[in-house]
Amino acid sequence: MSTLKLDLENYKELLQEYIRTKDEQALYQAEQFSKQSMQHKISPDEIINVHIQSLEEIYPEMPEYIQSSMNFLLETMISYGLAYQEHQSLREKQLELKSEISVAANMQKTLLSTVKPELEEVEIGALSVPAKQMNGDYHHFVYDGKGNLGIAIADVIGKGVPAALCMSMIKYSMDSFPEMRMDPDVILGSLNRVVERNVDSSMFVTMFYGLYNFEDHTFSYSSAGHEPCFYYRQDQDEFEEIDAPGLILGVSSESTYVRYEKKVEKGDLVILLTDGVTECRQGERFIEQEEVLKVIKSFAHLPAQEIVENVYRYFERLQDFQLRDDFTLIVLRRNV
Amino acid sequence: MDFQSCVNIKKEWDIVGARQLGRDISRKVGFGTVDQARIATAISELARNIYLYAGTGKVCFEVLEEIDHKGIAIIAMDNGPGIREISQVMEDGFSTSGGLGAGLPGVKRLMDEFDIQSEEGKGTEIRVVKWLR
Repeated sequence: MSTLKLDLENYKELLQEYIRTKDEQALYQAEQFSKQSMQHKISPDEIINVHIQSLEEIYPEMPEYIQSSMNFLLETMISYGLAYQEHQSLREKQLELKSEISVAANMQKTLLSTVKPELEEVEIGALSVPAKQMNGDYHHFVYDGKGNLGIAIADVIGKGVPAALCMSMIKYSMDSFPEMRMDPDVILGSLNRVVERNVDSSMFVTMFYGLYNFEDHTFSYSSAGHEPCFYYRQDQDEFEEIDAPGLILGVSSESTYVRYEKKVEKGDLVILLTDGVTECRQGERFIEQEEVLKVIKSFAHLPAQEIVENVYRYFERLQDFQLRDDFTLIVLRRNV
Repeated sequence: MDFQSCVNIKKEWDIVGARQLGRDISRKVGFGTVDQARIATAISELARNIYLYAGTGKVCFEVLEEIDHKGIAIIAMDNGPGIREISQVMEDGFSTSGGLGAGLPGVKRLMDEFDIQSEEGKGTEIRVVKWLR
């Protein structure tokens, strides 16, 4: 800890100037001096020390009681000086952590990336936006051995780094499943055992898994405690909930899942989402499900990717551009 | 290093005694007011740790005289419970989060050299040095 020798002369002059003129300009310069000192990480006790030294030089005849009182002040400021230095070092650590997290977030993006299929029969729109740096939502497109398209959408209960770590594990387990057995109920059953065995009991994952069959245009699906998804009938301009009973992943190793099937008609939409969409908030108010559907409906005539982007922009604006939860929305439309 | 003197720490009042002796020695060595205040604060912290966590112990002082520089060494010793995770107590924000004091990282900042040895169940010895500039 070196004392502020460099600026002693400067401080002394400023102090003398002020005592002589009581001028606002000298006070303004004092403010500049303290800002500069902070840039150089000079702690408050060092400023007091410079003040005492300046006084001694300006007033060699300074009364003894003033000298003593200044020393007393110095003594009380030592701990503040330490607190200031600790604050500085914690701030540096915080910056370090921040940059580490942003590296991790980029890595996660690469790890969890999935390619959105571009198909003639079915048009797909997908968007996933994290509330913080790391995403606790997950979606994934994969083909099974018979040419059916599997779509997973999942949400870790919890946010930030722990949720993201958990997601990476889910992604790798899914990659390791054999391609021939992609039935939604089977997939969820296997994942449930993985999560139950490997993830802390305080962490839960909800997942909706759907499989689109291009031959007969059926959409089979199972759900592990996930948000209900929706089916939009174009001819009636109405929504139907598509949901299936099933426990959240990781609660019990005994959980089994039910598979349902839904025939998809030409022009209709299948909408998969996470609670970041349905639990948008305007101020303190949670928006109602009808409002979400109304918004989706208002964009339903657009291409699938434009639907998800417009819906996102609408809710982003509604929430003052600050997402409270990770937001994932997938829309499928049967074209032929 | 021929001069060593110690203050036994048994009651809170002894912290003051250790500060006083440490300050007197620092002044004789030639430290200025601000360094005296820093050394006294470090002594307080070390002595308080003994008083609070070990019950009893002592704080010793050595005047260091080498060819080109002079300084003071402070050694705090106790037979208390010891510290299991030294890296933890040396971490910023660990002991100070309740606003209770500067903690060992503070002592390290106040001084030029810092060394700690501790064994669980046996005690702790901390040696710090400040050199005269």
